[in-house]
Amino acid sequence: MHTEGRDIAASLSGAGVRFGDFTALKDITLDIGAGEFWTILGPSGCGKSTMLRLVSDLVPPATGSVEIFGKSTEAARLAREFAFVFQDATLLPWRSALKNVELPLEIGRKRGIAIPKGDRTPRELLELVGLGDRADALPSEMSGGMRQRVAIARALVCQPKLLLMDEPFGALDEMTRDRLNLQLLDIWRETGTTILFVTHSIPEAVFLGQKVLMLMAHPGRIKEVVDIDLPYPRAISLREAPEFNAYCSQLRRLLEEC
Amino acid sequence: MAMSEANVARASAPRGLTAKDRNRLINIAIPVGTAVSLLLIWQAGVRLFGVPQYIAPAPTDILSVFVSEFPLLMRNFWPTLIESLAGFIVGNLAAILIAVAFVHSRLVERAFFPIAVFVNTIPILAIAPILVLIFGPGLTAKVVIAALICFFPTLVNMVRGLQSVSPQALELARILSASKSEVFWKIRLPTSLPFLFSALKIAATTCVIGAIVGEWIGANVGLGALIIESTFNFRSPLLYATVFVSSGLSVVLFAAVTLAERFIVRW
Repeated sequence: MHTEGRDIAASLSGAGVRFGDFTALKDITLDIGAGEFWTILGPSGCGKSTMLRLVSDLVPPATGSVEIFGKSTEAARLAREFAFVFQDATLLPWRSALKNVELPLEIGRKRGIAIPKGDRTPRELLELVGLGDRADALPSEMSGGMRQRVAIARALVCQPKLLLMDEPFGALDEMTRDRLNLQLLDIWRETGTTILFVTHSIPEAVFLGQKVLMLMAHPGRIKEVVDIDLPYPRAISLREAPEFNAYCSQLRRLLEEC
Repeated sequence: MAMSEANVARASAPRGLTAKDRNRLINIAIPVGTAVSLLLIWQAGVRLFGVPQYIAPAPTDILSVFVSEFPLLMRNFWPTLIESLAGFIVGNLAAILIAVAFVHSRLVERAFFPIAVFVNTIPILAIAPILVLIFGPGLTAKVVIAALICFFPTLVNMVRGLQSVSPQALELARILSASKSEVFWKIRLPTSLPFLFSALKIAATTCVIGAIVGEWIGANVGLGALIIESTFNFRSPLLYATVFVSSGLSVVLFAAVTLAERFIVRW
């Protein structure tokens, strides 16, 4: 399934995570190719979020190893090779949209740490997510969807090669979610970054991903990787297509087996 | 935002009052009207029942003393203001610094928090004479008493505020490899500001209480000393005028903190 010779963004081999006696993830072996869009599905408690936290050096592996672009997760974190988008936008409420996007450029500057700067300025990134005219707005003056777009712009400011997204649109209404899905696909195409996207929505997983990673619970482990063979650019109308629905039914069956 | 909207509303309706303005006027008129009525009832009651002035002076008696004794009141106002302010600054600064230490070290918190609670349980009136004995009849004792009364609410609120950072914000900081001091200055401290300001509002009024209590015990200047003196000399109108000046001082300090909050906590 994995072609040889491709660049690997994240490589997990036999990786497991334990919280005390509880095994959150067990024996995860997986290569994620650079530039690919992966979505992660699974029943609740199967370790979807934990998997992103493992890759982003927020939790250490209890067994096995994780490498990001051939480096340790810590080295990748220090080099800002990945960025994280949380379910809640996690903006600092006293900072304007623009100042929130600039935050990653400020952290570590006084300590003389080399911060990778992207091709786009924070202002250009706000324009990319369609918020160029709201640069001075405070988070409290924006809707949930707008705040999440600011969070995405902030994640892109150091031009990460890997973008980890933990149910970023889970708390939004259906229409906002559709719009942000399309926008995210545009951003993915334009930046060429690798995306790992956790969701609990089967249609969202199929609509966005090239590959769907299905996890199962107790303990969290890989159930299956499903290639989604649908062409990009994808439009909302794709949801009506029989192939799309066939993928959804296949995944729903897999989810029921978990 | 709300301010500019109000301005737009006013600009678009130059003639007559907008509904918003009328509401605001009513909101001011109701409490003012009630206060004036109560004063009138007080005045009428005192005159009607012939209450002696030394028991309960009429509002007009108090007003006339306020005017005639204004220099005396002001002479005693300034020391109390200085003691209150100094106590406010010292007490809150100590509380903020100790809160920072608590948040950064569980050990320090476990060692000193019970002591802080114990100090807080001692009634200020009980500890004030001890402090006057230690620090003498000068300014220092009053500042210490005022500082002590401010200290505990600010400590508790500031610890809560510094700990109220969301776990996700801390994860974000970790992913950005932020240092401890960056987390403090860029995330923890701003997060704590709304909590700090609610504590400072409490302190703005209690620090005046502390200063006045300190002056009761050993002082010949200050509003507290004037309260004791006018009580013992049966100068009730002067006593009442002094009480009003004291509460006026609290109101001014409270208003100053509220104004500062509006400028600093804009989110």
